[in-house]
Amino acid sequence: MELMSDLAGGFAVALTWQNIGLALLGCFLGTVMGALPGLGPSNGVAILIPLAFTLGLGATPSLILLTSVYYGAMYGGRISSILLNIPGDEPAMMTCLDGYPMAQAGRAGEALALSGIASFVGAFFATWGLVLLAPQLVKVALLFGPAEYFALFTLAFATLGGIASNNQAKAAFAAALGLALAMVGVDTQTGVPRFTFGEVHLYDGIDFLVAIVGLFALSEVFVFLEHRGTDKDISQKPPTKVGRIIPSWALVKSCIPTMGRTTVLGFIAGVLPGAGASLGSFISYSMEKKMVDPKGETFGKGDPRGVAAPEAGNNAAAGGALVPMLALGVPGSGTTAVLLAVLLALNITPGPLLFTQNPDVVWGLIAALFIGNFMLLAMNIPLVGLFTRVLLVPPRILMPVVAMVSFVGIYGISGSSFDLMVMVGFGVLGWVLRKLDVPLVPVILGTLLGNEMEVNLRRAVNISDGDYWVLLGSPLAIGLWIIAFTGFVLPILVGGVVRRKMRGTSEGVGD
Amino acid sequence: MSDRIFGGIGLLLAIFFAWQASVIQESFLSDVVGPKVFPYIIAAVMAASCLYFLLKPDPEPSWPRAGRLAEIALAALVMIAYALALPEVGFVAATAVASGYLTWRLGSKPLQSVVIGVCTSAGIYVIFRMVLGLSLARGPWGF
Repeated sequence: MELMSDLAGGFAVALTWQNIGLALLGCFLGTVMGALPGLGPSNGVAILIPLAFTLGLGATPSLILLTSVYYGAMYGGRISSILLNIPGDEPAMMTCLDGYPMAQAGRAGEALALSGIASFVGAFFATWGLVLLAPQLVKVALLFGPAEYFALFTLAFATLGGIASNNQAKAAFAAALGLALAMVGVDTQTGVPRFTFGEVHLYDGIDFLVAIVGLFALSEVFVFLEHRGTDKDISQKPPTKVGRIIPSWALVKSCIPTMGRTTVLGFIAGVLPGAGASLGSFISYSMEKKMVDPKGETFGKGDPRGVAAPEAGNNAAAGGALVPMLALGVPGSGTTAVLLAVLLALNITPGPLLFTQNPDVVWGLIAALFIGNFMLLAMNIPLVGLFTRVLLVPPRILMPVVAMVSFVGIYGISGSSFDLMVMVGFGVLGWVLRKLDVPLVPVILGTLLGNEMEVNLRRAVNISDGDYWVLLGSPLAIGLWIIAFTGFVLPILVGGVVRRKMRGTSEGVGD
Repeated sequence: MSDRIFGGIGLLLAIFFAWQASVIQESFLSDVVGPKVFPYIIAAVMAASCLYFLLKPDPEPSWPRAGRLAEIALAALVMIAYALALPEVGFVAATAVASGYLTWRLGSKPLQSVVIGVCTSAGIYVIFRMVLGLSLARGPWGF
């Protein structure tokens, strides 16, 4: 089988001492970042990109490091959900519902171990899904011309807000803002400067890494400054005792069907545009509740299945989200958008050609994901006590470190104070946008994909000699436009219902 | 109200962006589409969404009180000062002061803040400069 030989080749790439070490480091850092409230997978990866870059790591090692962080953060998010009733990151919100009651009943260790196993099951099988599905998607993507790509990018922006999006106009504004930022600099096709105001620093454009680190990491520092000393301040809450950390076999066995079902659901939610890990864990939890506990007797009161379901679901979704990112070059969620930035920073264009031109990168990465999963399982069951101690680091010490490490990374790339000031500007902008409920992910995706999107538009129209109808020139393109349109309009029609349900289920979770 | 102000600013931004796009110097070698069309599309999307904010604003977000707002502005200024000071006084000194300030404002006691600031700076220097060999800003004292 060709697939197996590809995968074996990937393991040959991934199994060097350096790569194993990086995977181990990434898994550890990822779990820590996921566990700490205020540092999620997106900002965790964002801070580390410039560092991986300045350390001069090659493409494959950097990717291995950063995707390990991504998977690790998905594992780590549950720790503070269970112990503190505060989700370490957004997808871990659902884990609070049954995890914290279990912890209060003195079963925190069991809940942690069980959710660790569920995370492993979800992530492991989702990685297999990635292996099987991505090459199929690549075959479809090879049929894409510039017009189809332009439609696909539009689709990505239209669906990025997700089905539960509050306000599609704000998502559209965010996308336009990101695209506008991408336009700054010298036009790649004609060589004329655009939107540079004569400032030489801007001729190369705005470095998207500067934008990402500012918007994600620095704005978080401002959020903490804003909430210090109020009831949203989380530094005073003592974590619950952990207790026994090995779950009984009977407990694990009782959750196996749950994990199976929610892994499939989560994976599908991850692959589809506009869903991502948060929705994956939500769908998994609510479906499972309907299925095994329709009267609502045990769910929400510390049912182990209520811990296993969202964790398997969100980790499976994390794997599923990598499918469109790698195969099409179009991410469907915030964190995969940040991973796309990694690829672009390393001068690798994701998409169908990646699989034919750099198979070592793709398959090495996938192999590293498998290895990382086993490492994470090993780290998360016996060593979970270590990670719970990390939660004792108060934000007043942590957040300045986050800020300073962000500065180190960006300064390491360019060595210019100008970039640092732009980054501070993005930090403030990120804080204001968050206040106004404008999503940040479309801004990032806009700065990342803006130039590529424009290139495809111009290429398509140039080939057809100025005829704009070429954008609707093939059944494939028309199909993509229809999905894009539906994806944009659907949340306006049904978004309210989905939001109310999500809020209803997650009531009582501290935010 | 916040959304209306935001919509107004956004609309001005969209108009400004479209105007800046219209003054782009086109070269004689231009393609059929040219460098202006895509920016115009972006400006149109931006303007349309801003009109929506003006007409149908969301409920007011909970803005922090003026003191807190000043707090955030001051932190941003400290970070900008940090960016400017970095090449002048070097990484260790600048970082110690900036992270000391931030931890103080996040609730550490003054004396603690000094210690935390120095430790953060030294810790990052040891890990990133000595262990990982990254080049950090050098001040007059070489670190």
